[in-house]
Amino acid sequence: MSAYQARFKVWRGDRSGGGLEDFTVEVNDGEVVLDIIHRLQATQASDLAVRWNCKAGKCGSCSAEINGRPRLMCMTRMSVFTRDETITVTPLRAFPVVRDLVTDVSFNYEKAREIPSFVPPPGVAAGEYRMQQMDVERSQEFRKCIECFLCQDTCHVVRDHEENKEAFAGPRFLMRIAELDMHPLDSASGTGLDRRTTAQDEHGLGYCNITKCCTEVCPEGIKITDNALIPMKERAADRKYDPLVWLGNKIRRREG
Amino acid sequence: MATGTEPPQVHKGVHEATRAAIGPRHLRTDRWWLAPALTAAGLLAFIVYSTWRAFANADYYAAPYVSPFYSPCLAENCEPMRSGPNWEIFGSWWGLSPALLILIFPLGFRLTCYYYRKAYYRGFWASPPACAVAEPHKKYSGETRFPLIMQNIHRYFFYAAVPVAGILTYDTVLAFRDEHYEWGHMGLGTLVFLVNIVLIWAYTISCHSCRHIIGGRLRHFSKHPVRYRLWGWVGKLNARHMQLAWASLFSVALADLYVYLVASGAFDDPRLF
Repeated sequence: MSAYQARFKVWRGDRSGGGLEDFTVEVNDGEVVLDIIHRLQATQASDLAVRWNCKAGKCGSCSAEINGRPRLMCMTRMSVFTRDETITVTPLRAFPVVRDLVTDVSFNYEKAREIPSFVPPPGVAAGEYRMQQMDVERSQEFRKCIECFLCQDTCHVVRDHEENKEAFAGPRFLMRIAELDMHPLDSASGTGLDRRTTAQDEHGLGYCNITKCCTEVCPEGIKITDNALIPMKERAADRKYDPLVWLGNKIRRREG
Repeated sequence: MATGTEPPQVHKGVHEATRAAIGPRHLRTDRWWLAPALTAAGLLAFIVYSTWRAFANADYYAAPYVSPFYSPCLAENCEPMRSGPNWEIFGSWWGLSPALLILIFPLGFRLTCYYYRKAYYRGFWASPPACAVAEPHKKYSGETRFPLIMQNIHRYFFYAAVPVAGILTYDTVLAFRDEHYEWGHMGLGTLVFLVNIVLIWAYTISCHSCRHIIGGRLRHFSKHPVRYRLWGWVGKLNARHMQLAWASLFSVALADLYVYLVASGAFDDPRLF
């Protein structure tokens, strides 16, 4: 293997307009797309805006769309492309663009604020929480999330329908609700907050049609659809659409 | 809220004014269309075949085999099957194919299945056709309104699918007879039935609703060790739900086709012993 010249198309512009700009740039063994973007900055486009941080797939900053697929630039090896392929890099297409490859992802922070946080169990001081591994392992999977927002970007509910952004929290934050609802020590129900009902009524769980794009693009390999969204849909069905479960809960007054 | 004085909102999706100005609706360079096209073709083929067979009302029994499309047979106009799944719940007034009475349950189970939903939303409705490929629809309300809000009754179809799978298991046991109803025999059809019933059970048990009912709804697994273990097993199967959905769809059609070929005289069931 050796260095070669790769053809890139990189979107440049801002909200007033922009387009794909052609570049030919050197690629070396073992490099990732973010390395190439940095080389472009260093050699050909010093004002190219790109958000990045750890270069290790853990900070979730360098999300972009590479050949039309939402990916982390730092985790996309150049070796997955053929040498004669033109590689297209654009900003995330579900969010407002700021400049070049940088988008305004504040939608996600607004949605994060709408999710009621963990409710500590009464009578247990911080530092005294005790949980069995088997009880907490489901929530731990969701804690792997690096908040790159690739799942939010690819979800067609908001990507293709801007008007749904108000009603729909998106897969990342529905997963957050699942994380809390499955948490063995979350005491939200003691405060009158039913996360299962609010997931459906206030955070738009019903908009999800489980087409699994969020799972496909997750760089952490979290099974968002199978382990968070579908279980939440089933939990919401317990509350809203299953009279047998409702009756059973009324009679036994017992929580699993 | 929109009022009469405001300009109408135009929904543009990826072409919203605030987003990066990129002309094409997607920039994917791989063959993203292949998976939804194959899915649509596969489902369409099954729909055509099963519709023909369900309405045919013929060639569904060749001793000792009964087609899974016609089992249990709930009408008076069913072919008599010795020790077979004949339950004449519907009287002589039912003049249509008896398959229509029972297929509603497995059909509903698969129609509301979380995997098939993904398959047909992508394959038939292009919502979305593939990830990061813009869908053609101007509006989207997902499963929040009728009729798609009815997808939430999947668990009831799961409850119905369990006894149906039980009856198909009974049919498979009956397949260990020969054409003279003598026990202890096996033909190629018995093997087809065996493979089919294993796949049907695996698909049924791997269902997301089953996973939820078995243990997913619990918050403290440590208080329910047996359900936790069962939930783990179902979870392993659940990870293969898509493969099992296709395999069982193919096997149930194959089992029916086998019975059709034997019953219509086009093929003799080779006896193994």
